[in-house]
Amino acid sequence: MSPMSNLAHHHTAYHPRWYRRRMSVWWWLKDRAYMKFVVRELTSVFVAYFAVLFLWQIRAVTQGPDAYAQFMGRLKTPLFLTANIVAFLFVLYHTITWFNLTPTAMVVRVRGKRVPDTIVAGSNYVAWLIVSIIVAWIFTRGI
Amino acid sequence: MPPTIALDVIRYRPEQDAEPAFQTYEVPFRDDWVVLDALNYIKDRLDGSLSFRWSCRMGVCGSCGMMVNGKPKLTCAAFLSDYLPGPVRVEPLNYFPIMRDLIVDITDFMRKLTKVKPWIIRDQVWPLEEGEYRQTPEQLDTYKQFSQCINCMLCYAACPIVGLEPEFVGPAAIALAQRYNLDSRDEAAGERLKILSDHAGIWGCTFVGECTQVCPKHVDPAGAIQQFKLTAALDALKSFLVPWGTR
Repeated sequence: MSPMSNLAHHHTAYHPRWYRRRMSVWWWLKDRAYMKFVVRELTSVFVAYFAVLFLWQIRAVTQGPDAYAQFMGRLKTPLFLTANIVAFLFVLYHTITWFNLTPTAMVVRVRGKRVPDTIVAGSNYVAWLIVSIIVAWIFTRGI
Repeated sequence: MPPTIALDVIRYRPEQDAEPAFQTYEVPFRDDWVVLDALNYIKDRLDGSLSFRWSCRMGVCGSCGMMVNGKPKLTCAAFLSDYLPGPVRVEPLNYFPIMRDLIVDITDFMRKLTKVKPWIIRDQVWPLEEGEYRQTPEQLDTYKQFSQCINCMLCYAACPIVGLEPEFVGPAAIALAQRYNLDSRDEAAGERLKILSDHAGIWGCTFVGECTQVCPKHVDPAGAIQQFKLTAALDALKSFLVPWGTR
């Protein structure tokens, strides 16, 4: 049966025929905002990558100084250097986009007044800076 | 200023078309015309069979929402001059079934809206002689933004989750649920949490954020949903830590 005869059979005043559009698998490529969202979601893969790398590092530590030296040597190869730089940039994108979204998710009120978005988002950056300084201090002290 | 501008409008007449297709209309260009004015010009002068919904022409009724150049817009607030030199692509709202031309079926939205019980629910209703339930300006301020929704459904047409997950309750309905949760006169936040704390509710949202971007009333549904999630998460944590302390 052709689609047209099917149609003629189905559409009457009291039996209308709605048209349902299919959503393409590539829906996120059609809109810049959607693309930015999907990139933000994908950046979590790189966060996971750093977590796995960290676990691997801990494993190397438990296996003694030789294993640790071998692990650190492996990190200096061009393959790992490139991978880590790329992953770092994505994690940076992840961090900044999520920090900027915090004021949307959190409403902080002080004496009944809503704290401005810049302060809610800004406090994340301040915390980030403080943690970075502490980490840098531990590292430089170690050397 | 060009004398005319072209509009590529989706046509779908279920009694004769197998699927929707674009039809182009040339309309006079005027600085003070919005897309809705152009559609009404088409309806009045060029093709009376074109069907679309509209009512107030001033961004209050929420019935003239359509996709304009791929973005959900109130056509009464989308100026032709912002789409020069054209053509302007006008389509029915995304993710809704098309009934005819630019008209979509909103039954599903109405069902989702009532599902979240968007009205004031009280355990005990005061007798009339006790007077009205009074609120301070601060109490009003906590939910006022979320109460500005005009049910235009632009946020649904902006949300890919609505398209991918047919059961997802969606931005406007959840924002409205949060509006009543935050209302000091309401006592049913726990009840709404039970309804919405699942994958079809707040946890279906992945925070794309486009609902907030397209909202003509600055309701910020994305904010409402994330704030709802935060409350739900804290609630779950509280019931885990102090199981005897929850209602």
